[in-house]
Amino acid sequence: MKKVLWLLVFLGLVGFSLAQPRSVKVGFVSTLSGGGAALGIDARDGFNLAVRLLNNQLGGLPVEVLIADDQQNPDVARQAVDRMLKRDRVDFLTGIIFSNILLAVGEAIFEEKVFYISLNAGPSEYAGERCSPYFFNAAWQNDNLHEAMGQYVQTRRFENVFLLAPNYPAGRDALTGFKRFYRGRVVAEVYHRLNQLDFSAEIAQIRAARPRAVYAFEPGAMGVNFIKQYAEAGLMREIPLFLPGFSADADVIRAVGRALVGVYNSSQWALELNNPVNQRFVEEFRKAYGRTPTLYASQGYDTALMLDAAIRAVGGDLSKKDELRKAFLAGFNSTRGPLKFNPNGYPIQNYYLRQVIQAPNGEIVNRLVGTIFTNHSDAYVSQCKLR
Amino acid sequence: MPPSLFLEQMLNGLQFGLMLFLLAAGLTLVFGIMDMINLAHGSLYMIGAYLTATLVGLTGVFWLAVVLAVLGTALIGMLLEVSILRQLYRRDHLSQVLATFALILILNEGVRLIWGSQPLLLSAPEGLSGPVEILPGLFYSAFRLTIIAVGLAVAVLLLLLVNHTRAGMWLRAGASNREMAQAMGVPIKPLFTLLFGVGAALCAVAGAFLGPILAVQVGMGESILILAFVVIVIGGIGSIKGALVGALLVGIVDTAGRAFLPLLLGQVASPEVASNLGPALASILIYLLMAVVLFFKPQGLFPART
Repeated sequence: MKKVLWLLVFLGLVGFSLAQPRSVKVGFVSTLSGGGAALGIDARDGFNLAVRLLNNQLGGLPVEVLIADDQQNPDVARQAVDRMLKRDRVDFLTGIIFSNILLAVGEAIFEEKVFYISLNAGPSEYAGERCSPYFFNAAWQNDNLHEAMGQYVQTRRFENVFLLAPNYPAGRDALTGFKRFYRGRVVAEVYHRLNQLDFSAEIAQIRAARPRAVYAFEPGAMGVNFIKQYAEAGLMREIPLFLPGFSADADVIRAVGRALVGVYNSSQWALELNNPVNQRFVEEFRKAYGRTPTLYASQGYDTALMLDAAIRAVGGDLSKKDELRKAFLAGFNSTRGPLKFNPNGYPIQNYYLRQVIQAPNGEIVNRLVGTIFTNHSDAYVSQCKLR
Repeated sequence: MPPSLFLEQMLNGLQFGLMLFLLAAGLTLVFGIMDMINLAHGSLYMIGAYLTATLVGLTGVFWLAVVLAVLGTALIGMLLEVSILRQLYRRDHLSQVLATFALILILNEGVRLIWGSQPLLLSAPEGLSGPVEILPGLFYSAFRLTIIAVGLAVAVLLLLLVNHTRAGMWLRAGASNREMAQAMGVPIKPLFTLLFGVGAALCAVAGAFLGPILAVQVGMGESILILAFVVIVIGGIGSIKGALVGALLVGIVDTAGRAFLPLLLGQVASPEVASNLGPALASILIYLLMAVVLFFKPQGLFPART
């Protein structure tokens, strides 16, 4: 009798646990300390905001977000990712800002057949022959923003340009992208150590080379330092500086200030993009965090929306990997409007021109000026065999 | 290569070298006189930069903030000496390295607790944030010129202090033969505490002036500490003059390597190779310099001990 009773209790428990609503675990590994921290923190805040506005659910499933700091160190990221894959058994991973870190952990994630939805790093390595069915990028391919700026500098007919980037995968992607659309002469293409903070040697080289324009890809603290030192050296007035949107959004404006006024930059997103998703995002972000969102924040926000749409499309059954992939490819409604994806997992979208200006009330803002590319894909998609 | 580029790079090298000297001076005296390896020296540099950034925020005046931060860091340095480091003089180098490495971790976490893990903003004072024309057609950052001036002034003061005062004489005596100096009645205990205070103050000066150029962040001390050790090994441990020469050598070689090596390589190799190989070669150049110096002068350029 007693045994039967226990059995009943046991069955009851099993039944109870089966009846429990399923949940989804998302691992968020990002750079939250050091020189790249502003990027990771904005992306995380954007992601968390979207999750909160979705009532802590993604696609109708309660969500648990596990956050880890990679300290911009591939080894630390590797440990965090391993822990999340093996111990926490996360359903999705996202968060990595820097391409060299993503490249250090990507294969390990794909091997476990876990989807990685990149909210920033978009290395060319994963766009072409080495593309993976488990990789998506909700932001852009590394070359894209620089392609847009190359196109713009080309239309302005600058005879020659000086190129500067850190020596790491995204730095090389950046200048490759710029040169794909800029047809003038490249005076010099200078690569420096990643996370270098003193640009005196490079600035002296620029001054001596006397180019008509400078294009610099300097993410995070490198951008803040480079722009400050470029202005301090008095070059801002002499040689126009062109930047990707990374170095001209609210975080950099806060740190650099007036020196940035007048600078043109490219982005896939802008504060004043006129669609309901973006308007809600900007308003709620300001309310929640008391600051103006950057493109990184919009990318974090969009990544959560992308997960939400795909999980909803498969009815919350995360074991259906093929259907999930189809749902990701079908796209979702982002802060940039409806967003679709190529088979290599990278988005097809517009790229905009923005300019930093001082508004009449004295505030320095990055204003939307025009569209450079419409429905633009990346240059590597034809090399990817996925369909 | 245009002469203005060369001149500008030399100024950059001089500026970097002088700041390295401020760090290396304290390190070399502590190492030379107390025979103590203090890895936490870089942490004092970090504390100096953080104090400056905070005080600039509070007072709004850069120069006042620098003075207060230097005094504050000197006090912290002396407190560290009295409370912890004093216990380590009699121990072997391994214990010193272990203990001061632990100190690095503790101070880093402490700074993280107080100021958070995001870098602090520290800008050059308003009047110095622009360029000045030093030669016709050659503009240079006013703040970097200020750094050179401050670095030179401190270096001269320090050399006077070491070579022409009684305390300096004790220091030199201690550096060349500690036991003998002690036997001759040099007041070792207060001298060591004072020395630590001076070393910490020099670190704070470097932190305050490099902060606006680099970044005020946790761990900023470790990367520059390695360079400071290279400097004192090149210059000869315990020698202020050696630290000055070594620091200028390292500063100029490092800057020149970063600026000119890729250019030179570009003449003989393809741009792709030059842009990949150049930065890599430039970053090993100072270690190459150290190896060459040690090969010919194993005690460094100006050995303090005879």
